[in-house]
Amino acid sequence: MLEGTTAEIRERKALRVNPAKTCQPIGAMYAALGINKCMPHSHGSQGCCAYHRSHLTRHYKEPIVATTSSFTEGASVFGGLANLKTALSNIFTIYQPDIVAVHTTCLSEVIGDDIPTIIKKSKVEGIIPEGKIVIHANTPSFVGSHVTGFANQCEAFVKYLAESSEETKNVMNLFPGWVEPADMRELKRLASLVGVEFIMAPDTSDVLDSAMDGKYEMYPDGGTTVADLKAMGDSFLTLALGPLASTPAATTLEKKCNVPHKVLELPIGVSATDAYIDALRLAGDTSVPKELERERGRLIDMISDMSQYLHKKKVAIFGDPDHITSMVSFLVEIGMEPAIIVTGTPGKKWEAKIKEICKPVNEDVVVHAFSDIHYLHQWVKANPVDLLMGNTYGKFVAKSENLPFVRFGFPILDRVGHRAFPTLGYTGAMRLIEKITDAFFDKRDREDADQDIELVL
Amino acid sequence: MVTTLEEPTAEKVVEKAMRKVAIYGKGGIGKSTTTQNTVAALAEMGKKVMVVGCDPKADSTRLLLGGLAQRSVLDTLREEGEDVELEDIRSGGFCNSLCVESGGPEPGVGCAGRGIITSINMLEQLGAYDAENELDYVFYDVLGDVVCGGFAMPIREGKAEEIYIVCSGEMMAMYAANNICKGILKFAETGVVRLGGLICNSRNCDREAEMIEEFAKRLGTQMIHFVPRDNDVQRAEINRKTVIDWNPDCGQASEYRTLAENIDKNTMRVIPSPLEIEELEQLLMEYGLFS
Repeated sequence: MLEGTTAEIRERKALRVNPAKTCQPIGAMYAALGINKCMPHSHGSQGCCAYHRSHLTRHYKEPIVATTSSFTEGASVFGGLANLKTALSNIFTIYQPDIVAVHTTCLSEVIGDDIPTIIKKSKVEGIIPEGKIVIHANTPSFVGSHVTGFANQCEAFVKYLAESSEETKNVMNLFPGWVEPADMRELKRLASLVGVEFIMAPDTSDVLDSAMDGKYEMYPDGGTTVADLKAMGDSFLTLALGPLASTPAATTLEKKCNVPHKVLELPIGVSATDAYIDALRLAGDTSVPKELERERGRLIDMISDMSQYLHKKKVAIFGDPDHITSMVSFLVEIGMEPAIIVTGTPGKKWEAKIKEICKPVNEDVVVHAFSDIHYLHQWVKANPVDLLMGNTYGKFVAKSENLPFVRFGFPILDRVGHRAFPTLGYTGAMRLIEKITDAFFDKRDREDADQDIELVL
Repeated sequence: MVTTLEEPTAEKVVEKAMRKVAIYGKGGIGKSTTTQNTVAALAEMGKKVMVVGCDPKADSTRLLLGGLAQRSVLDTLREEGEDVELEDIRSGGFCNSLCVESGGPEPGVGCAGRGIITSINMLEQLGAYDAENELDYVFYDVLGDVVCGGFAMPIREGKAEEIYIVCSGEMMAMYAANNICKGILKFAETGVVRLGGLICNSRNCDREAEMIEEFAKRLGTQMIHFVPRDNDVQRAEINRKTVIDWNPDCGQASEYRTLAENIDKNTMRVIPSPLEIEELEQLLMEYGLFS
């Protein structure tokens, strides 16, 4: 499919081919789904909402519910006030959510719709029923990426809802960053194991991986409740996982309600998970339970067992900055050699950070924020690597270059494991090693000559 | 593939004959007033003219219609959906002129630029420019500066081919005119739009006519007419009429007739060469500070 790609790289300024990012509202929609009885609402034309829903559905294998302001030519000219008011009235009448999380689109951003004013007017006119809530986030897709949208939506939870009663409670806030429902569950398990009382927002576990019981629920039991979102203002500390996805919410909460915050990398791999566990231990003033120590020990054992297959293997990787930062650290930890790293989310500081992480194993690592998969493909053609890691869109590159390929990040449209099994924490890291070595071994089993095939690796 | 030039058919000759004019200029300079008075003079000469107001305030045809009675294209679109008839949005004005207001959102909401795109597209779809209307002229009266793509719609894609900029000897008016020339230059490179000239709507500045003539020369164009300041224009406006309609025999009426004749005779269409700011300021110093 990509046989026409050449190794010769030409400088491109205006063109992205196979971008390593997507629209802001997708992130906002995903974050909103992690709130209990919340309806994500797309303020724009129907196509935006339809695409975002189907993209999320394909990744999470669950029906994604979201509503739209259904802009027409008229709404684009006269503004979306009338459409949003009608939409809110219909949503509260027909779908009865507790909260509606409005996010904007490119169109409503360009015409400059003033969402807070529309929400206020709707409240005054009784369109928003007593006790129900409407919040909003600005999510223009021509700024940042889907991760920015996720971060903006998380910040909106805080802006609209967090309240401080001046009485600090012995509860910790946890912003998980953009991670899978299974990862959210893993983060909660680890926090409970260490013995910290916490509020996590958003929480898509039991929403986007809810159990099948034969009945359709528009709002499954999972998700952070509005009461918990309000209570976040009284916590003694906020842990923000993933700088890009969680920092805005954490800093806004600190400004609004005086809750101090700490930003950590996503707990992927040994040291990043250690940092998370350590932060939990300090927050809860507890010690790390034996059970967790043994989990960590099993991971270290697996790393040392597999080290001979991982050592100095070159990796090409693309995805979202928060994911990649931790993943690259993990690759370095297990002796692999990141060769080229690409993301579609702009950020110069991030480039410098990644180079620093790779320094011990590869001083010449190529790092590009705001680049694309086509660039990575061209580079790989000229500089062969042993492994490709990235979302589903990488499979065409893997096929064209006959590379072992590990699916990682968002979106994964053609496999199922990502929503069921965590990649975070010590067990998640074991799963990653399994996937990486499987990819290597499968290729060898498939391609080695009969006389070279080993029964035992 | 070999292409041969087609023989011009009668229909194409008629189409060719319709002159598409857009009037631009700084806000408050008198674009709408000048346009309507000029259109009145052209209509009096027996020309068939359609005026398309591209201003959300929808006040570009008030004098021709004798009041703001008309429903705008976008109001109609909003109230009746996309199933609009040409007669719903086009009204007959002074001397068989045809008037259309594109309209737009109230101040501070929505997107007026998108509104102009929408309404011009709709007029095209409805056949407002078709040969059967036998139009000699269509005039676009566009709001103030070309602040975004929407306000450039009348000069994009060959919609208007001839631009006249209304200006005066005041600094900001000339500055705006120069800026509009930059816009024309941009679209002229890829399209058919050309500058027809500057209309000086006098503010009684010092040596105004000479300065605008010099300014026009440096832009590579001409001052097509110097319209003197006369309170008869305001008197006619209070009566919701163009000057020609209100008092056909007054001096100002013949000024607009001259302007209309000059435009009708005009064959000069240029791609303007906008001035650097220093040059523009120097021009002002030279003429404005002389006395």
